[in-house]
Amino acid sequence: MNWITNTLGTSIGKKLFMAVTGLGFIGFLAGHLAGNLTIYGGKDAFNGYAEHLHALGPLLTVAEIGLLTFAAIHVGVGIYLFFQNYAARPVRYAVNKTGGGRTIGSQTMPYTGILILLFIIFHLLNFHFVDKTHTTIFEIVANAFANPIYVMIYVAAMIVVAVHVSHGFWSAFQTIGANHPKYMPIIQVVGIVFSILVGIGFGFIPIYVSILA
Amino acid sequence: MTSKAINLTLKVWRQNGRKDKGRFEEYKANNISTDMSFLEMLDVVNEELTLSGQDPIAFDSDCREGICGQCGCVVDGHPHGHEKGTTLCQLHMRHFEDGDTVVIEPFRARAFKVLKDLMIDRSAMDGIIQAGGFVSVNAGGAPDANAIPISQEIAEKAMDAAQCIGCGACVAACPNASAMLFTSAKISHLALLPQGKPEAARRALSMIREMDALGFGNCSNERECEAECPKEISIVNIARANREFLKAGFFSSVM
Ligand code: HEM
Ligand code: SF4
Ligand code: FES
Repeated sequence: MNWITNTLGTSIGKKLFMAVTGLGFIGFLAGHLAGNLTIYGGKDAFNGYAEHLHALGPLLTVAEIGLLTFAAIHVGVGIYLFFQNYAARPVRYAVNKTGGGRTIGSQTMPYTGILILLFIIFHLLNFHFVDKTHTTIFEIVANAFANPIYVMIYVAAMIVVAVHVSHGFWSAFQTIGANHPKYMPIIQVVGIVFSILVGIGFGFIPIYVSILA
Repeated sequence: MTSKAINLTLKVWRQNGRKDKGRFEEYKANNISTDMSFLEMLDVVNEELTLSGQDPIAFDSDCREGICGQCGCVVDGHPHGHEKGTTLCQLHMRHFEDGDTVVIEPFRARAFKVLKDLMIDRSAMDGIIQAGGFVSVNAGGAPDANAIPISQEIAEKAMDAAQCIGCGACVAACPNASAMLFTSAKISHLALLPQGKPEAARRALSMIREMDALGFGNCSNERECEAECPKEISIVNIARANREFLKAGFFSSVM
């Protein structure tokens, strides 16, 4: 059994956890965005979508537990890697310059990550752990986005997610060893396009709802 | 090309042995021919220091033709200086301007200890090579040429990876002080060739485990290594090493 920890416990093993859970979140983002777009169909379409989702019952609970597990792994391993990497250079350089490899996304992964975590907690408190007995999800959302501070927080958070994914997307493929001269350039472009879609797609919803209200 | 002479101000890291805390000290490098290499410029400064009874700046070098991997410091924030695809011994002073201030620091990583000034102990990289072990080669009479067919494409990829001179600039450039570019180049050039296949799984597992044990950081695909490598080793090798490692970890019978 030792081979399992000797494989998954290495730097590449830890990175594999990051890549698999990260790709899982990317899949979640795509699904979540597709669902949320029903808000442009109006109040009934959006409430209908939420109803359908909750009609899944136990399936939804399984998905939620899965996401929570993935989140625990991604955050836990991510923070561990951050401290290990920090400790790998005890004396820092006096002059720091980039050779041109890093991007805004790659440099800020741990920081955008923590911001996303804080946002997710805030987001769940807003829309998940609320009393939904005498109201609809559309009303809850419309109420929240009547407050411009909420709109600002949500738009900013979506920019942060886009920055995180702009590096995370291609990086996950590189980590699992999928770097091919034909496909890597396509993966990199798809990663950027996906980040922009996530940023604009999610980011415009609070603005739209607040204009509507 | 006509040669000219320039004057520089150097800020050099001085550290008297492992225990010393170290500090930057300023020196003048006057009347430096632009045909000189960076190391020759340091030789000139050292000659003056020696003549005036001061301790010369200790730095590593050997071949001075860009093939041994012995030289290297961080010059103005770039390992081996700002020129792409050159070692420090091949960096010419024509790439500097008269009056420049140049900051020179040793490669920094937990796995590389400063021995003196700009000299570092890079034996951790030897540790990774040793963990790689051996390749099986039949002894006896000379084998027939082309007895093992290798396509041009594979041979080129293997040779590209084998260009790594083990200088450690990738570790120095990496924001995480990871040795993945070096290790992946070494895993790759053998894994690509039929001669290296029999031991490929064992090699990938033990080299990566040794790399971690030596205190290098984890790769986070920042790509600074590829940008600063004097031999322009590609991160495609890192993806290959990841593949080799995961394949060996999960699908080979090597523990
Ligand atoms: C919408 C949510 C998120 C998505 C889609 C996402 C996606 C990803 C992806 C795809 C990667 C690349 C993995 C690799 O390089 O192999 C990654 C890396 C990373 N993520 Fe996230 N992530 C999310 C949330 C978070 C959170 C909440 C944290 C909290 C700390 C975090 C911290 C990190 C860190 C530190 C890395 C870099 C790991 C490394 O390469 O060393 N992420 N993320
Ligand atoms: S990969 Fe490049 S930078 Fe790293 S040790 Fe080899 S030659 Fe030097
Ligand atoms: S001294 Fe040999 S590579 Fe620079």
